[in-house]
Amino acid sequence: MKFESACVRRPHRSSVRPIKTWKVKGMDDYILEMNHITKEFPGVKALNDVSFNVKRGEIHALVGENGAGKSTLMKVLAGVYPFGSYIGAMMFNGAELQFAGTRDSEKAGISIIFQELALVKQMSIRENIYLGSEFQKNGIIDWDATFVAASKVLDEVHLNRNPLTKVIDLGVGEQQLVEIAKAVSKKASLLILDEPTAALTETETENLMQILRDLRAKGVSCIYISHKISEVAQIADRVTVLRDGRAIGTDDVKNMTEERMIRLMVGHEITQRFPRVDHTPGETVLEVRGWTVHDPDVPTRKVIDNVSFSVRKGEILGIAGLMGAGRTELAMSIFGSYGVGRTGELLLNGKKMVANSPSACIEKGVAYLSEDRKRYGFIAMMDLRGNMTLASMEKLWKNGIIDGNEEIRRTEQYVRDLSIKTPSVEQKVGNLSGGNQQKVVVGKWLMTQPKVLFLDEPTRGIDVGAKIEIYNIMNQLVEQGVCIVMISSELPEILGISDRILVMHMGRLVGDLSWKEATQEKVMYLATGGR
Amino acid sequence: MENVNSKTVMQPQNSPGGNWRSRMRINVRQYTMIIALLLVWSIFTVLTKRIFISPRNLSNLFLQSATVAIIACTMVLVMVAGHIDLSVGSAVGFTGAVVATLITKAGWPTLLAIPVTLLLGLVIGLWQGYWVAYVGVPAFIVTLAGQLIMRGGLLGVTGGNTISPNSELFRQFGQGYLPQLFMKVAGFNDFSALIGILAIILYNVSAVRSRRGRIKHGFAVSSPRKQILIQVSMSVVIALVFAIMVFYHGIPYAILIVMAMVLIFSFVSQNMTFGRYVYAIGGNRDAAQLSGINVKKTNFLIFVLQGLAVAIAGIVYTSRLNAATGGAGSGMELDVIAACIIGGTSTMGGEGTVFGAIIGALVMASLDNGMSLMNLGVVYQYVVKGIVLLIAVAVDVSTRKKQ
Repeated sequence: MKFESACVRRPHRSSVRPIKTWKVKGMDDYILEMNHITKEFPGVKALNDVSFNVKRGEIHALVGENGAGKSTLMKVLAGVYPFGSYIGAMMFNGAELQFAGTRDSEKAGISIIFQELALVKQMSIRENIYLGSEFQKNGIIDWDATFVAASKVLDEVHLNRNPLTKVIDLGVGEQQLVEIAKAVSKKASLLILDEPTAALTETETENLMQILRDLRAKGVSCIYISHKISEVAQIADRVTVLRDGRAIGTDDVKNMTEERMIRLMVGHEITQRFPRVDHTPGETVLEVRGWTVHDPDVPTRKVIDNVSFSVRKGEILGIAGLMGAGRTELAMSIFGSYGVGRTGELLLNGKKMVANSPSACIEKGVAYLSEDRKRYGFIAMMDLRGNMTLASMEKLWKNGIIDGNEEIRRTEQYVRDLSIKTPSVEQKVGNLSGGNQQKVVVGKWLMTQPKVLFLDEPTRGIDVGAKIEIYNIMNQLVEQGVCIVMISSELPEILGISDRILVMHMGRLVGDLSWKEATQEKVMYLATGGR
Repeated sequence: MENVNSKTVMQPQNSPGGNWRSRMRINVRQYTMIIALLLVWSIFTVLTKRIFISPRNLSNLFLQSATVAIIACTMVLVMVAGHIDLSVGSAVGFTGAVVATLITKAGWPTLLAIPVTLLLGLVIGLWQGYWVAYVGVPAFIVTLAGQLIMRGGLLGVTGGNTISPNSELFRQFGQGYLPQLFMKVAGFNDFSALIGILAIILYNVSAVRSRRGRIKHGFAVSSPRKQILIQVSMSVVIALVFAIMVFYHGIPYAILIVMAMVLIFSFVSQNMTFGRYVYAIGGNRDAAQLSGINVKKTNFLIFVLQGLAVAIAGIVYTSRLNAATGGAGSGMELDVIAACIIGGTSTMGGEGTVFGAIIGALVMASLDNGMSLMNLGVVYQYVVKGIVLLIAVAVDVSTRKKQ
């Protein structure tokens, strides 16, 4: 959870300073004005002179590719990045905002609902809604008053549930409504929703839309962040497009066709950052037939829905899609490490492959490099050598005794081949740079001698130079006959490196394009649910 | 197995062996541990007017630390994997009571009672390992339950009485020393001296062989001068440790067992895939799982080994005291855990060495022993040990933060 949970009432610092002369009568009534916001992280300008405003009682959509700066902008607004850590000014309800923390933004009437819901799952709906703002006297909670008030807000968001129900017993859509109820209970005048429908069914989405329209009628403004262009067209009044940390354009939704939005989102020219090599695909190595996987947390929800595709020898297959489209889940479920109720068939070199665990997959020659390097990739406190050989231990040392010299020899070979910069193979991987850490993980999987290598966001969080090195490695592997399946959220990367591009949307395969016919617009169109 | 993938990927940039730093596998924290141990020893030497440093006392100290040291060898694995074992105290008492009862009441021969007791330890390990690894109950709970169950078992077996196994052979495990071989001089055990010399020779041979192996593979090695310096100083340390025992009654059998355990589990943790898996699981369980490691099996095996070690410790413990009592081993789990932590095992898992834990066990035993020599009451012993543990963990936590 990125936000400190508000459990204790603290004296409120005066963070909202009224400025009298600002508001000009007759002009548009803006509830929020963010002017010339620039936010820098070491080496990166996440926001570059972004101006963004929201009218009172409008639903304003904020769209952009992953990493365009949407979340950063909202974190500035919410006080996650306190006043002083960014450049620029914010006006809210005609007063200047200088937040020291997230509590200040809540006090001011701004509520953010994140993708990862910030509810205490073991507590009831009632407790969650009033967490941090309990009906209390001298620290003693008035549960009856809480119950009555909770019932009322639940009505407002059309959630027909007993307030005493535990949140853990609710579906994802209902949990989201509890979050909205919490915001309503706080009399928030500006509601920010970050990808609210990513995990919702169509009916739930429809319900959410209706609630937002109701709230709009009551004068509540809303910032709606979404990847789903079609949804934005349905719900928003105005749209702002962010790209590479800049606000590219703001317009009424009626002037923003889906095509225009996508063009603005994608924008930049593809430069020669991607070393393309012509590959000649050979026979099919891995074939996936009718692959269906269910969510381990919600076993009734299909995460992967009847996906079929094949990977040929000597090609890089790109899988594009937006966050939550199920790309990672697809790869991890094939690798035997995700999902329940898996059905469908895997064929490796024409033979049926039964592999329900990573170790079985590794043995058969399937490897998966995770998008989350820190969590699933390397072991920070273990040295480079230990990390590098971890996945091939069983192959290398069948009697269980490690030949230390041989281990170093093999590791050093990969350190050289992948140009990993490290003082020694006994350096702890946690002390290496991001790019070198990634190369260590790549090396770990190469050492297993895979036939099919899934690379999930292989260049995430590493610098441009290291990225090109990774692309070169991929090209060379393909020449040696390894099949590469690359999942990436960076469209230019997908288009620049892949020989063939699959597009996923909501757990389904919605496109299969050769790199020659694929354009950013086409891919984005398919990925956002266009047909 | 030739590697097609790596052969042609990218041009080699460094020459073989390159300028890699020499391969010193010794944790910096272990140096501080040895220094801390020597510091504790010098303080007690001064405070006890050199009684502490006498071969007799140090030899006793080694013997006192034996039980904790034996369990520490496997407790390191348990803790590195991110678990904890609170049951070892009760388990030591329980297995000790069983072996004493088998010998005394059932009249079994010692050589039969001991394997049966080891088998019992194995069963304890299987039981706890099953719940931790395959059912997924946190080790804290499983071993807390084990602590209670085995304390009950212990009371049941002894009936609240003290059982003294009247077997000369059995007594050797905790009290016996290596016999004299040729010489009949009191205060010099030639057999032990021989073993000490053998140990020094073995150490030097393996050091030279390892160096040759590295040269053969083209890896960097330390300069001959440095190598000689390291080998000489290590030989001196080994000689000193053995001298302490040689000039008293000789090497106790219990210490031979400790030495064997240390060698075995150092090898297991450093040179076997199983040991590597233990570190991987403790360092990052998810990454280990995704690398194809069978996390459940590994966790299970850790507890099985721990059960075996506990049974060995139970035999040594009961033999040394020549008694099995209802309160035997109570609180020992804390000594063992403290020994591991003082020896550099991370409380978060992922880091720790067998060697460090042995040093930790010696620190704990030294504190007990030194304060007893000074006639300080139990009150102070508990307080001082508590503070030492606290400081050790505080140092661990703060060095971790800096990274």
